[in-house]
Amino acid sequence: MQPGPNLDMLSPALRARFDAMIAHYPVKRSALVPMLLYAQDELGHLTPEVIRGIAARLELDELAVREVIGYYSMLRLHPAGRYHVQVCTNISCQLRGADRIWDHCRARLQLENHQTTPDGVFSLEEVECIGACSWAPAMQVNYDFHQQLTPEKVDQILDGYRRKGASGD
Amino acid sequence: MPHPAEIRIVSRRFGNPEARTLAGYLADEGYQGLEKALAMTPEQIVEEMKASGLRGRGGAGFPTGMKWSFVPKQSARPKYILCNADESEPGTCKDRLVMEWDPFSIIEGMTIAARAIGSRQGYIFIRGEYRYLFAIVDRALEEAYAAGYLGKNIRGSGMDFFLYTHSGAGAYECGEESALMESLEGKRGLPRLKPPFPAIVGLYGGPTVINNVETLATVPHILRGGGAWYAAYGPPKNGGTRLFCLSGHINQPGVYELPLGFPLERMLQEVGGGILEGKPLKAIVPGGSSTPILTAAETAGLNMDYDSVARLGTFLGSGGVVVLARDTCMVKFALRIIRFYRHESCGWCVPCREGTHWLAQAIGRFHAGQGRPADIKLFEDVASNILGRTFCPLGDAAAMPILAIVRKFRAEFEAHAATAACPAPAALEPQSA
Ligand SMILES: Cc1cc2nc3c(=O)[nH]c(=O)nc-3n(C[C@H](O)[C@H](O)[C@H](O)COP(=O)(O)O)c2cc1C
Ligand code: FES
Repeated sequence: MQPGPNLDMLSPALRARFDAMIAHYPVKRSALVPMLLYAQDELGHLTPEVIRGIAARLELDELAVREVIGYYSMLRLHPAGRYHVQVCTNISCQLRGADRIWDHCRARLQLENHQTTPDGVFSLEEVECIGACSWAPAMQVNYDFHQQLTPEKVDQILDGYRRKGASGD
Repeated sequence: MPHPAEIRIVSRRFGNPEARTLAGYLADEGYQGLEKALAMTPEQIVEEMKASGLRGRGGAGFPTGMKWSFVPKQSARPKYILCNADESEPGTCKDRLVMEWDPFSIIEGMTIAARAIGSRQGYIFIRGEYRYLFAIVDRALEEAYAAGYLGKNIRGSGMDFFLYTHSGAGAYECGEESALMESLEGKRGLPRLKPPFPAIVGLYGGPTVINNVETLATVPHILRGGGAWYAAYGPPKNGGTRLFCLSGHINQPGVYELPLGFPLERMLQEVGGGILEGKPLKAIVPGGSSTPILTAAETAGLNMDYDSVARLGTFLGSGGVVVLARDTCMVKFALRIIRFYRHESCGWCVPCREGTHWLAQAIGRFHAGQGRPADIKLFEDVASNILGRTFCPLGDAAAMPILAIVRKFRAEFEAHAATAACPAPAALEPQSA
């Protein structure tokens, strides 16, 4: 017999966390958006299997889940780099030289917006305000904030991630 | 380091890591507001909030006590308290600090709000990008449950209140209160038609109070010190202090708590350390990217409170004060603003979806040197046609700043149309920074 849709691809800790989260709401479906985000954090992107698994867990149509995924800019159906570099170019950052930081990242990583390096280590995205306006220009790598950037500082930060990537952490 | 002009109420615990623990919070006058509130009737709490003059710190500046008073006493459906921690209005970076340094103040504020409206359950909706804050806020929640400050029969009062964090996943629109509720219900963040307002029909159809992080974190201080005490810091109807996020061309950007009505001139020169590179001021955005810009001339003698800023046709908004020095290209600035709203338009209303798209393309071409003087009038027409024609205020948030920039800096747009390239290509960024 074929196993039905499940969440076996996720860690037991995350599955336990999902059970706790779902109990926080009067309506199960409320847990959908955070579940998708946390699942993506473990898997790198939202695979067809995890989408089916989450839909089944919340008793939703797969289509309804896919519609929700399409709406939220952090949710993705395809892998990004291991280190997803997100450069804010919105107004407060723009006024402090974000264009220069963005150009520097593109040149340094040899990537355009929404591209991933062939080795899968880095991906690059131009993003909207990340709430670091008073410490601009700023970027996030995965969930880590890097603020008051200069091109030199960006080099050090990216080198640090590259070393981490090479050592397999 | 706090600036000497600051009056630190909602930011009083910033920089003190002890205050993130319940013991540290209690040692610094934590939970004294709730203690008072538990001895008061719900009506008395609402009256105290009204007396404080506190107005919402999330954007619209609605009086908080009045908002709470709209919730019906009796309700067949459960009532909810929501904390809006979606913080995504460009120029705004303050709620993050409140969650980082003083998570218990939010929990206490929400518990007081729950007591005032008779709610048993609430959520803190935090933008997904602020992942590091979940660990801090969840830990505070755990401690509060363990010590009986949340859960059943809070501190023996007979009151129950259950509170949880909830993560967004990237969408500016979800900061709009009705879209936030849709998102919390596991759907796309499409806004709801109002009325009915959330106080009557909100989350899961129940009466709901939704307030900004800073608003809720201020509540315990008001209960502790009294509404009149808080109100006295600001001018009439503009009670207290608020967090101003200074950014852009300013020497000391940062988040500063200042009394409402604080003179802008002092905010820029004294607190902010003056304009970058000693250049003259060109303009300020007073309260986040959606608030209409003010020219330097307009800001002469301006005091930073809701009513004074409203008299100039703009808003104190989310507290994001963006400073622009001379030489900033206003076409490029307008372009970045409209690109943002194009990206964030949820696409539900045609004027917003099509208007932001068209404006972003046309202003982009204009900035790239392919503009004609006649385009300027078109920018105004298209923006005017978004205004007031959408379900939710995102359309207005996109149109208002563009209209203000085009109208107030028309000569600069005309000069731009007359040259093939941007007259000030690099001037947006400080050369020495
Ligand atoms: C497009 C849009 C985005 C918004 N984003 C936020 C936000 O990120 N944080 C916030 O507190 N309020 C935001 N608001 C305002 C909320 O709708 C609501 O007025 C606010 O949470 C009420 O809280 P307050 O009365 O304490 O200010 C936004 C409004 C709009 C129209
Ligand atoms: S504008 Fe870049 S962090 Fe806010």
